[in-house]
Amino acid sequence: MTTNEMRPGAEILLRALKEQGVEVIFGYPGGAVLPIYDAIFQQNAIRHILVRHEQAAVHAAEGYARSTGKVGVVLVTSGPGATNAVTGLVDALMDSIPIVCLTGQVPTHLIGNDAFQEADTTGITRPATKHNYLVRKSEDLARVVHEAFYVARSGRPGPVVVDLPKDIVINPAPYTPPATAPHRSYRPLLDPDPAAIAAAVKLLKAAKRPIIYTGGGVINAGPKAAELLTRLVRETGFPCTSTLMGLGACPAADRHFLGMLGMHGTVEANLAMHGCDVMLAVGARFDDRVTGRLNAFSPGAKKIHIDIDPSSINKNVPVEVAIVGDAGRALSALLAAWTQNTTPPDRAALAAWWREIETWRARDCLRYSQATAPGAIIKPQHAIRRLYEITRESGRETFISTEVGQHQMWAAQHFRFERPNHWMTSGGLGTMGYGLPAAMGVQIAHPEALVIDIAGEASILMNIQEMSTLAQYRLPVKVFILNNQYMGMVRQWQELLHGGRYAESYTAALPDFVRLAESFHAVGLRARTIEELDPVIHEMLACDRAVIADIAVDQAENCFPMIPSGAAHNEMILGPEHESEAAGITDEGLVLV
Amino acid sequence: MANGSDFRTATISVLVDNEAGVLARVIGLFSGRGYNIDSLTVAPVEDGRGRSRINVVTSGTEMVIEQIKAQLDRLVPVHRVADLSKEGAHLAREMALIKILCAGERRAEALRLADAFRARVVDATTESFVFEMTGNPDKLDAFLALMRPLGLAEVSRTGVAAIARGTRVI
Repeated sequence: MTTNEMRPGAEILLRALKEQGVEVIFGYPGGAVLPIYDAIFQQNAIRHILVRHEQAAVHAAEGYARSTGKVGVVLVTSGPGATNAVTGLVDALMDSIPIVCLTGQVPTHLIGNDAFQEADTTGITRPATKHNYLVRKSEDLARVVHEAFYVARSGRPGPVVVDLPKDIVINPAPYTPPATAPHRSYRPLLDPDPAAIAAAVKLLKAAKRPIIYTGGGVINAGPKAAELLTRLVRETGFPCTSTLMGLGACPAADRHFLGMLGMHGTVEANLAMHGCDVMLAVGARFDDRVTGRLNAFSPGAKKIHIDIDPSSINKNVPVEVAIVGDAGRALSALLAAWTQNTTPPDRAALAAWWREIETWRARDCLRYSQATAPGAIIKPQHAIRRLYEITRESGRETFISTEVGQHQMWAAQHFRFERPNHWMTSGGLGTMGYGLPAAMGVQIAHPEALVIDIAGEASILMNIQEMSTLAQYRLPVKVFILNNQYMGMVRQWQELLHGGRYAESYTAALPDFVRLAESFHAVGLRARTIEELDPVIHEMLACDRAVIADIAVDQAENCFPMIPSGAAHNEMILGPEHESEAAGITDEGLVLV
Repeated sequence: MANGSDFRTATISVLVDNEAGVLARVIGLFSGRGYNIDSLTVAPVEDGRGRSRINVVTSGTEMVIEQIKAQLDRLVPVHRVADLSKEGAHLAREMALIKILCAGERRAEALRLADAFRARVVDATTESFVFEMTGNPDKLDAFLALMRPLGLAEVSRTGVAAIARGTRVI
């Protein structure tokens, strides 16, 4: 068709999606989007994956986006289709994941009339998205779709909703190609200010106890940024820690890497954050899970903060040097300036700092004791360690997603990531039910790879219906359930903060996960005791179909180290294996989440 | 970040695309993040370019006000955010319609004060006046305080319109 030819809106929409490089849409049909589904039916360039719940469509698109670096695309109907997608949208907003979500809407002449399956989608999703649009005129359709992709992927990425009234996708519309001119108002700053870079290098050169603290911004800036970060870490010799979202940017095997920091971070990472004199934060946002008690956060440090979003800088923690820009470009500029600046770094002080860090590291804070006699209960940490070791031995490219809770933190602690984009977890929103649909999206993008959802038995039930999607598309996703019959993190907090009164955290009447798997045309496996663990993992990996592996783990195990609410980095609670210096939980801490 | 804990008032002007939902975005940002709105005005300002100007008077610590500006600036339809109270001298004006119900001696007193404050009488009956008054918000507050014992019955205020002094434009 020629550029000026008027075609039905749905066709124009698909043409715009194709031009944006879209290959896959995750969606669920309904009345308001039927014309779009009709157009999808009549073409082959874009594949549609039918999910079983709209929330899962968004999480699947997130998994797709995070493992490929592309924009994930969702298509849902009006009313309940759109409202079901809201949790996924907020999840993507909190974790800065680029998503374009197309929602159906009642025809323009019915908007505001409480029509069947009408919801004020742009009103509801305004605080749930980076931006949203309601297309009211056919001539705006193509432009808005192109703009939605630009907004979703530019600057700090995020979800964008395009609400499409039914008449707009039926009526003829003109096509317009993507704009070549800069956007009229949204133009995020990408290149760092050289003066700020110079100021940062000056601080870094003078540092005696430096630390590099990195986050999801490095992952979002692409694999090149992760490489540059690793180069900076190696060139400076500085210790590096990462948030939950940033795991994989600095290889876990690198000796400079101290593991994750924050509430369930390692002793060495948290004490290094507490004791440092210069902190370089890259694409991390000083979230409350990372900082602990703010007035005791890294009290002696001069802080440098690289972020593409100016509103992240000086939001929670005031910093000395602010660098607004893309993490990759900023790291590249920083490396160049580090080499050009002829001041030698204080190597003696750095060596002394490392000696101190090594004494912390030697405490081996993630240690646990696993009984090995046949019949022994499986420790959840051990299950993840073995999963990690056996997948590594297999040599296959492995992607890990998680649900939310104890198993998520143990996965972050014990599974080791050497590359970016291989770890998908719901960090900001903490959405139970994220892992299975996210794994689905990853597997669609990487059909040959090994994709494992490390799950808890409570979380997995929140989007269990997606097992049906796995069956339909023959996606060999592995669901590895650490089953302790409790909402483990809730149980842990109740033990530590609420006198051991386990209100509603025990799940009575759990399903038989093996038979549940089988009813969804998948393979069900179970390990009850330690000698069954390795064979189950081997069998799971060898299977070319979807698998649920139900691993019965110690019900009383808690996730340590833990910085209790309202405590500081140097007030961690350690596991029963260790002497603890914990301050205990204050009344002030009790009100925090 | 010196004086991070001192409260100050800020008059912020925001140039936005004049499109559906943009005011809701700005107001939602303030309510969602717990920022104060002391006053807010909005109207189209640039013919042909489809832009509106929002003037918002807010208060908070320096860190919070910087945060408000950064949050406003990252909204997609926002072109420019200017903190007029920080970027130099500025003018702030507000208009009010003020209804006084009074009789006898008080009528003369109300008229005398209105004259001193350069308020105009835009409506009058034997028992009432409506004054129209323009000025910076402090002046309006002072006039309203004087009118209260004289029979102040109703006020309609526009909120602040603000602009920088001199050649500076946002």
